[in-house]
Amino acid sequence: MASLVGSRVERKEDKKLLTGRGKYTADVTFAHQTYAYFVRSPHARAEIKKVDFSKAIKAPGVVSVLTGKDIVDDKIGGLIAGWRIKSEDGSDMKVPPHPPLASETVNYVGDHVAVVIAESLDEARNAADLVKVDYKVLKAVVDTSDAMKSDQIYKDIPKNLCFDWLLGDRAKVKEAFDKADKVIKIDLINNRLVPNAMEPRAANADYNPSTEEITLYTTSQNPHLARIIISAFNGVAPENKLRVIAPDVGGGFGSKIYPYAEEVVCSWAAKKIERPVKWVADRTESFLSDCHGRDHVTHAELAVKNDGTFLGFKNETVANLGAYASVFGTVTPTYLFGPCATGVYKMPAAYTNVKAVYTNTAPVDAYRGAGRPEATYTIETLVDKAARELGIDPVEIRMKNFPTQFPFQQTLVHSVDSGDYIAGLKKAVEASDYKGFEKRKRESESKGKLRGIGVCTYFEACGIAPSPVVMMLGCGIGLWESAEVRFNPTGNVTVFTGSHSHGQGHDTTFAQIAADQLGVPMENIEISHGDTDKGPFGYGTYGSRSLTVGGTAIVKACEKIIAKGKRVAAKMLEASEDDVEFSNGEFVVAKSNKKKTIGEVAFACYLPGTYGEVKSPLPEGEEPGLKETSFFDPANFSFPAGSHICEVEVDPETGETEVVKYTAIDDFGTIINPLVVEGQVHGGLVQGIGQALYENCHYDKSGQLVTASYMDYTMPRADNFPEFNLGFTCTPATSNPLGTKGCGEAGAIAAPPTVMNAVMNAIGTEISMPATAEKVWKACKENKKTNSKAA
Amino acid sequence: MGQFMIKVGLEVNGKKIQKEVPEHTLLSTFLREHLNLTGTHVGCDTSQCGACVVHVDGKSIKSCTALAADLNGSKVKTIEGLVKNGKMHPMQEAFKKLHGLQCGFCTPGMVMSAIDLLEHNSNPSDKEIRDWLEGNICRCTGYQNIVAAVKEAATKM
Repeated sequence: MASLVGSRVERKEDKKLLTGRGKYTADVTFAHQTYAYFVRSPHARAEIKKVDFSKAIKAPGVVSVLTGKDIVDDKIGGLIAGWRIKSEDGSDMKVPPHPPLASETVNYVGDHVAVVIAESLDEARNAADLVKVDYKVLKAVVDTSDAMKSDQIYKDIPKNLCFDWLLGDRAKVKEAFDKADKVIKIDLINNRLVPNAMEPRAANADYNPSTEEITLYTTSQNPHLARIIISAFNGVAPENKLRVIAPDVGGGFGSKIYPYAEEVVCSWAAKKIERPVKWVADRTESFLSDCHGRDHVTHAELAVKNDGTFLGFKNETVANLGAYASVFGTVTPTYLFGPCATGVYKMPAAYTNVKAVYTNTAPVDAYRGAGRPEATYTIETLVDKAARELGIDPVEIRMKNFPTQFPFQQTLVHSVDSGDYIAGLKKAVEASDYKGFEKRKRESESKGKLRGIGVCTYFEACGIAPSPVVMMLGCGIGLWESAEVRFNPTGNVTVFTGSHSHGQGHDTTFAQIAADQLGVPMENIEISHGDTDKGPFGYGTYGSRSLTVGGTAIVKACEKIIAKGKRVAAKMLEASEDDVEFSNGEFVVAKSNKKKTIGEVAFACYLPGTYGEVKSPLPEGEEPGLKETSFFDPANFSFPAGSHICEVEVDPETGETEVVKYTAIDDFGTIINPLVVEGQVHGGLVQGIGQALYENCHYDKSGQLVTASYMDYTMPRADNFPEFNLGFTCTPATSNPLGTKGCGEAGAIAAPPTVMNAVMNAIGTEISMPATAEKVWKACKENKKTNSKAA
Repeated sequence: MGQFMIKVGLEVNGKKIQKEVPEHTLLSTFLREHLNLTGTHVGCDTSQCGACVVHVDGKSIKSCTALAADLNGSKVKTIEGLVKNGKMHPMQEAFKKLHGLQCGFCTPGMVMSAIDLLEHNSNPSDKEIRDWLEGNICRCTGYQNIVAAVKEAATKM
């Protein structure tokens, strides 16, 4: 049987999604359904003086109105910060309470105050208008860089500072800087983004009073995590009485990793009113209440020798956490950011200092790349600036500082197991016709356009993550993954995984892996995920971990199946177990033609005895059945890397920037399904280019979200892009048997600096993201003025 | 707050439908809530995302912008109506072949919109496809394979 790993297999999940037969949370409606509508704070910061719902409760169709007082009375726990970060002085991070419904203060526009539950959505929405909340409005803290100097939001959190974290050695960095020929400095804003999965968040909780069980359907990347948080921390129901199902999920990009207030409230409310409670966000609610991404203000410095050798790196960043510390909110700007901030380079000394601040804005958490895009943007724009100031070609300065030996002990944390950065960049230079740029630039100039080229080389720490390591760094959970491989008696297979597909195509790639391992045709393998009652506990999908961690768990479970199969086959074939070999789905006795297929062995495992024609007694002491579980905890992160080169054309008269050429050469280790991997890269690139040119989440000074709809927040659209040119290099990961590294986040990590370097190359001025037409036009005007003065 | 009910009569995927619904019922709500045709998705509140695109009398429209009652007598086709004798429409086949979808949420609207394009421009250029699909937002695919799928479908339709 030809290997399926590496083949462009069409996706198994597509037919249902293409024919309208997918089932998303909003598509689920129970008998006796009720509908929830949340009363949200219209103010960024206020005290709640009084909530009066006397009119709302009498409105037509209203079943119940619940407020923060009910949360307190029922002792429902708050939402949690999942990662404990310590400050440089050793003190613990400071975390404010985050009740699912507020009773004392509201801290961002969209914060949850009450929920109205009614027979129909219209009735719930109409009645919500009748809930009168008496607020004492307070001055909001909005700006990231001013947060520490602004009014104190929480009484126990001075300077609005959650932590002041350091990674690296300041003294060593000082030494390095003292030796430098030149110090390159840069000030950057990593613009705040809204993840914007196309499926708005939703929850539908059903409660059975007889069994006391809650079934929660939710838009989650991680139903097991939702279950344990809603059970153990919010205290809504014991874990064994809470089933969480994430059916088809319409994208997540990090924003659906953890449960939000709405899932907690719907589950708790369903139990209280003994009826199912459904909530579906509208898009503006999503903008207001989904966790946002990025939002850093950074000052970074690079110490260099005149020949371009890097000596040291400093990174001083203020990271906006929003109003509350979300589940991965504190790790995103620290351990996911700091270690990657020195980029792919040999950097003798480095530190990253992050001050994480609270503001009266929506919580900020992981968004595609989470910390690594911010790190890559910092180092890669800084390296380009160094190249400009030293008069060295951007490719050459990078080549000069690449490590050549692997494993490579990266400056701050990671031991990078494999890579070949030189080969990647060389390939990108060729594929993009880097050398032909000047000619293309002249052609653009003849049309009145400015053309720029930008380079970026990146690495990222993925395959999240080795549990002992992350727990030592403050993670409140393990990050291993589970798989259960279950042969059915008739020889077909169901594979349960603790990871969760919300667009990544696990039904296909995981089936390719299992098919290769077991020698069973792919169409006889089903992948099951997203239901806590079906498969074993797992940690879901994010951090480019599903294949590398979850896929490996599948391999390990298959290995156990084959080991048992060998023992059973040996008995069936009256041979010694040592003589039985397994390949292509058959157990064969060496140097003979005696064999049994894995299907026959599975059948025997379920019919362990003699019955008519069936003669399959199991070896002594062997249990019947054929089902194995594996929990895989990786020994290391995985380290995808790559080189991207972009060309833009800028119209100086309008400021409009067009990406005209984009080449991405990535090393994801082994590729299971190129079709799927290319799709992941395309999607990541568009999100990354979106950050660079279009997207910006903007709050005004009072904390009102100005960009709360698709009329105001610029989403990347089909006509914004050229056809991307993709290529791959491959150095297999050594930390997992598949050799995979992960591919989901690469595009979003590499594209922002690649594009911005190209824009800055075109216009000759530093400019912040997003490089909108207005900003670019102003920069071009300014340049014209300066140039004419100089002349 | 009583609500006014209104009769809606439509032909949906070849089947005649008569329902009495609140007068402000949008076509998207009518399809999803009243006919359980949940293949049509709603991804925004401002007619920007295009996840809800269906065909009304052969033309693609955003079903979240139309009142069901306004369309009395019209023929509506949704994503569920494309499969014929168990066979997917060439556009659906092309999306599958070329990985034109990931999470699948925007897909029904994208497919319905793309079919309308090919029905009046049988051989569109990349630029024409990208311009036409400007009203359909996809957050997963980066659009490249969608464009490829539409071109592929153009050779089969």
